[in-house]
Amino acid sequence: MGNPIFQPTHFAAVVLFALFASTVFGITMRETPRSMFRYGIYCFVFFLAAAIALSWLMYFIAQ
Amino acid sequence: MATEETKKVAPSAGSNSGPQPVPYEGFVYLPLIAGWLVPGGGHFLLRKWGRGALLAASILGMFVLGLAMQGKVYANAHDILDLLGLAGDLGNGLPYVSSRMLSLGDVQVMVTTADYGTRFIVVAGLLNVIAAVDAHNLRTGRKS
Repeated sequence: MGNPIFQPTHFAAVVLFALFASTVFGITMRETPRSMFRYGIYCFVFFLAAAIALSWLMYFIAQ
Repeated sequence: MATEETKKVAPSAGSNSGPQPVPYEGFVYLPLIAGWLVPGGGHFLLRKWGRGALLAASILGMFVLGLAMQGKVYANAHDILDLLGLAGDLGNGLPYVSSRMLSLGDVQVMVTTADYGTRFIVVAGLLNVIAAVDAHNLRTGRKS
């Protein structure tokens, strides 16, 4: 019930989430190491881009 | 039975037209169950050390960070959202059981960080299920 040991910012949490999820996606969705790496990078960038785009969208909606 | 399945896949593998089954004989669903109980365990069983290590690091890392953020560990379900959260948490296998036994995590979300933590724990469970199914696909030769 105490304070959390780890308190990331919202963006840091998004980066960590994207890193872990895209690693698993890359390994499980592709067959060769090269394509796994490429797909992992693609997912990571897409996660971050989507988070930033949706953040700006919500910012303008809130105005 | 496992040997028969290996033989069934072998002809297409010989012609380089599809993925080959991993050279492992035993209960077909063992990598699936091991992968669910221990993140990356299914891949370790199939001697895919690198993939297993990366999966274990990612899933356990996400789970531990979720706990460190005081994320909620679902113990029971009062409504449909709780039920979905519990289903996601159960995907973690033994780490979930350990966290329940050691009373880790929080029972009620009090701060924003705990809300992130709750999602981290649920998603770690869902990713673990994907990884376990991947180990099963490697075992059956559906994937190389």
